[in-house]
Amino acid sequence: MSLNQTDKERVKAFWSKVAGRADAIGAESLARLIVVYPQTKTYFAHWKDVSPNSPNVKKHGKTVMGGVADAVTKIDDLKGGLLSLSELHAFTLRVDPANFKLLTHCILVVLAAQFPADFTPEVHVAMDKFLAAVARALAEKYR
Amino acid sequence: MVEWSDQERSIITSIFASLDYEDIGPKALSRCLIVYPWTQRYFGGFGNLYNAEAIKTNPMIGAHGIKVLHGLDRAVKNMDDIKNTYAELSVMHSEKLHIDPDNFRLLADCLTIVIAAKMGTAFTADIQAAFQKFLSVVVNALGRQYH
Repeated sequence: MSLNQTDKERVKAFWSKVAGRADAIGAESLARLIVVYPQTKTYFAHWKDVSPNSPNVKKHGKTVMGGVADAVTKIDDLKGGLLSLSELHAFTLRVDPANFKLLTHCILVVLAAQFPADFTPEVHVAMDKFLAAVARALAEKYR
Repeated sequence: MVEWSDQERSIITSIFASLDYEDIGPKALSRCLIVYPWTQRYFGGFGNLYNAEAIKTNPMIGAHGIKVLHGLDRAVKNMDDIKNTYAELSVMHSEKLHIDPDNFRLLADCLTIVIAAKMGTAFTADIQAAFQKFLSVVVNALGRQYH
């Protein structure tokens, strides 16, 4: 299920519409992840405040979405382009890859809620494929 | 038995009370067929599914989307025993329709996204959490009688 040219064009076109709000989208997505899937809070036990509106969540959401924005620019070679992030996730963070699907779903929900007219089924499938490809690239070095 | 807080019950009943079945049903099902094209395997007799535009405008798919969405009504009315409420439906999906139960989860995700698009920022994280919990219970109940 790799990205074809149409997928890439749709992702880039849609991203150019939403990029201005990337920080807020990231914060919102991460907040939803920990509320809707509370087991994901286990990765943030080192934060005193894991509530959805906490500064930690906002800042980390921005960081994560920055990674997604970067991935858009490297869409033609995600495995190569995200190599250092891949190593980070494999050796340091060791986030169970099942969680990438949960965060992907939360990101898609936020995009649908904030861009209902632009987030058509065609854009949805391209973004879902893209985020799945990013997740695969991040999990590349796990084993 | 699944425990529901008063807030969760109220969120679920409120979503379904104001739901436009004729709008959301077709959108959810057609989105599922577009985003997860392998689900089209169950719709061989439904006419033209050749591309996204055909799927979106296909009246048979639209009608079926409404039917499936109304299928959730019994779960909303029997939140304390969804498992038994759907026992027969589960048998039907397994023995008559032969649907891979993983597809229930895919449709549930698309339904969530369509409702998020309709409600916008009113679809808060807490509402998403309650809705996700409800759909997980439904998905689980529908897969339960498979053998």
